[in-house]
Amino acid sequence: MYLANYFGMLCGAELELAEGFRNMGEGHGQEPDVYFICHTLAKQCDEHVEKLRPFAERYGEIAPEERNRLGPKIFVGPREGGLGLLRDLHDLYVMASFCSITWTMVGQGAQGTRNPELLEVVESCESETATQMKWLETRMKQAAPQALIAAS
Amino acid sequence: MTDRIANPWGERTPFVPSEEWPVRVDQFLEEGVSEEDVDRWVQSASILHSNGDAIDAAVKDGRIVGVRGRAVDRVNRGRVDPKDLFGWQANNSEDRLKRPLVRKDGELVEASWDEAMGLIVERSRQLLDEKGPLSFGFYTTGQLFLEEYYTLGVIARAGLGTPHLDGNTRTCTATAAQAMKESFGSDGQPGCYTDIDHADAIALFGHNVAETQTVLWMRMLDRLEGKEPPKLVVVDPRPTPPARRADVHLAIRNDTNVALMNALLHEIIANGWYDQEYVDAHTIGFDELKKTVMRYPPERAAEICGVPAEEIREAARIIGMAKRLVSSALQGFYQSMQATAAACQLNNLHLIRGMIGKPGCTVLQMNGQPSAQNTRETGANGDLPAFRNWDNPKHIQELADLWNVDCLQIPHWAPPTHAMQIWRFAEQGSINLLWISGTNPAVSLPEISRIRRILAQEGLFVVVQDIFLTETAQYADVVLPAATWGEKLGTFTNTDRTVHITEKAVEPPGEAKSDLDIFLEYARRMNFRNKDGEPLIKWEDPESCFEAWKECTRGHLCDYTGITYEKLREGSGIQWPCNEESPEGTERLYTDGVFITQTDRCEAYGHDLLTGAALSEADHKVMNPAGRAIIKPIEYQQPLEEPDKEYPFRYTTGRTVYHFHTRTKTARAPQLQDAAPDAWVEISPVDAKSLGIEEGNMVRVESPRGHVEARARVCNIAQGLIFVPFHYGYFDVPTKDSPNGRHRAANEMTISAWDPVSKQPLLKSAVARVIKVADSDKTPSPAPTTTASEPVSDGSTDGALVPATEGGERAEVSSVIGKE
Repeated sequence: MYLANYFGMLCGAELELAEGFRNMGEGHGQEPDVYFICHTLAKQCDEHVEKLRPFAERYGEIAPEERNRLGPKIFVGPREGGLGLLRDLHDLYVMASFCSITWTMVGQGAQGTRNPELLEVVESCESETATQMKWLETRMKQAAPQALIAAS
Repeated sequence: MTDRIANPWGERTPFVPSEEWPVRVDQFLEEGVSEEDVDRWVQSASILHSNGDAIDAAVKDGRIVGVRGRAVDRVNRGRVDPKDLFGWQANNSEDRLKRPLVRKDGELVEASWDEAMGLIVERSRQLLDEKGPLSFGFYTTGQLFLEEYYTLGVIARAGLGTPHLDGNTRTCTATAAQAMKESFGSDGQPGCYTDIDHADAIALFGHNVAETQTVLWMRMLDRLEGKEPPKLVVVDPRPTPPARRADVHLAIRNDTNVALMNALLHEIIANGWYDQEYVDAHTIGFDELKKTVMRYPPERAAEICGVPAEEIREAARIIGMAKRLVSSALQGFYQSMQATAAACQLNNLHLIRGMIGKPGCTVLQMNGQPSAQNTRETGANGDLPAFRNWDNPKHIQELADLWNVDCLQIPHWAPPTHAMQIWRFAEQGSINLLWISGTNPAVSLPEISRIRRILAQEGLFVVVQDIFLTETAQYADVVLPAATWGEKLGTFTNTDRTVHITEKAVEPPGEAKSDLDIFLEYARRMNFRNKDGEPLIKWEDPESCFEAWKECTRGHLCDYTGITYEKLREGSGIQWPCNEESPEGTERLYTDGVFITQTDRCEAYGHDLLTGAALSEADHKVMNPAGRAIIKPIEYQQPLEEPDKEYPFRYTTGRTVYHFHTRTKTARAPQLQDAAPDAWVEISPVDAKSLGIEEGNMVRVESPRGHVEARARVCNIAQGLIFVPFHYGYFDVPTKDSPNGRHRAANEMTISAWDPVSKQPLLKSAVARVIKVADSDKTPSPAPTTTASEPVSDGSTDGALVPATEGGERAEVSSVIGKE
């Protein structure tokens, strides 16, 4: 059964995303909304990992190298300026969407193993990840015209 | 005669439930002028707060010489706020701006209108050619008239095509609008002031009504002193006049509003004090709310908020058992953490109790400024005109048809840019022309050292349109002298949707022009055209603009089509919607429990209350509220900054009854200025004692961003909290008291952060430390004694002697009770 591999991959991806949000918050602290929201969302990602941990343990531990091999590492920021902000948000969006689809797959696994506790965790975390993506999209849509057209 | 400085609220006229509020006509004329001397009385309304009190200005020999209340008006029934009684004197002030100024070799020098406008237009054309419309930003106010905002909105959105237009209303009323959009689908106050007349319970949430809307407080006081008085619940960390009168006063910690609201909702649901029938028929989301608030028993909130659980229970009992409940919220909610979230919980409270749209049953999401409502309606506040949805292509098409421009000309790829973001773009150099009208951000925005730096920035062309050379105007490249209240014609709308006309009583000083004429002149010179090559803006005076605006509102919630200048002149204030079906206006919205939440009609599809993530049309369709109000629950979230060893206090800012905003007018009215002549620092007796501070000691308050030095007022503010009024800047102090010398502006210390949903700056959310600078020199702090800043002692035992705040003979105002 490879379900545990997906748990490991998801934990890794959530931790990467948490770190990305924190870097984003620190690197773009001059954007008055980014600092606080990014730290809030980073905390959410940490909580997702905490919620997954008992299941990861129940279904078998996974080697750290495996986690690294499967997980994405996309965020290279923080970059500077309006365009840098947009690109960093863009990276986070890709990472969040990786988490999102991984939650969906873990949810499929939960269905297959008939595990209601896991299903409940998936449901709540998946909807938070969806909101994270919505926030990133909202923020990017607002920033894009200025960054792409008027910034110098 | 009443000294209205010593007694800001005047004489009582008690009344009983559902009786009409008695008339009391307040009148003040300048020394040496009697009623017989007055040439004429000119119809108007108050411009120094949001209450919309109807007043007449007295004119003699071409000058304004006084004011009196309009007995016929539903809002104030003749009463006048002390700021309005005396504030008009600023009109006649010697230092009014009389000619345009332009910057030459670093200095502002007088210029002709032609030269000043020529410079602005030259720069505008150059920017349009080189960078396009995204390089323009407009930062306006809550103090112009409806016609002026609408014109500015059309210039920005359809003429230039920039999304960067917002008002300082972002700092005062954005949350009110946003909370109503989230819950009811659209901006628009559900109830009105006459609901006070019917209420059996009143709950004020972070709303020091006695100082911000004195006439509304008079109405409440008259109910409190009549038979069958309403119960009063007050949530405020300061001992405000309403808090002193309250049955329950919850002095909660700053930034904990959501925890308290969730506990109140918990009690109401746990005790079955909600209206299941109304909830089922007219709302969605109740089950989610129930699940969330069940985690907030009063004991948990008590711990977070720092008030006893039993008091929370008692407040919930009053609110939960009231038959007719009026609640209101203002800056204590709107400028704190989770602003929109907290204001939405207040909406939720009224929704689950079924107390909306019936006499005596409403939530009042208040405004701070006189015409903030119009900034919102006309689309000058980061919204689109007449509550249209920027994300709904049909709404954009309507505007495009109305203005006869291409849809693509109107920016609608994202919500119109909010103020703090406009400033950020200016800071980053992507906005290069910033046009500021009728507001003073160098004093009123958070973290003003940053604002000053941006204003002074190379490559940013700053236009300031104002009536005085404010702290902000001193940074301008071009200063345009504007006419003010009493010098120009127009209309404006108050918190409870009452529209008033305000006539031109006198000529503006020198070459000053109305804001409308300035905007129209810019539009003419820029030669903005519609699709057919005709002038984009076809109106040329206030009345023709008002007629154009009416067309913009036809069929929308804020329907003005039934109002004319003539009708306003014949009577007094009229509440929108006013149209063929309701020719006399509308007292209450949502009387049938049907809200503006239809997907094709709503002003916004809504947001996630934690992050501000925007929901899409598809999300909204899935939610399918279809006319039902939307109950959105939210968890309490810890503040941005929590006190620690280095900064052990919470820091908050606010107002006093005697001043408005940055005192540009009220500092020039001697009665008001002398009542509160300088900034002060409020501190609790326990905290004062532990720091060795006595009344009047000079103290320095520091936050991670800046500091303020002022005298201490030891008063009954909540322990652990420091308050500084935000009115005081630097225009009327010597250079040693300027930003380079002694800092006294409260916003030196506030944080550049905003509510994720309403984007309102968190001006009440910061930490601070307090240092005593000097021992007592027996001078008391300049804080008034009549208000929330009342001292704990008169100084006879410790510190400096505190004289009572009085205005003396020159503040005496006549009041006639019962005269229509």
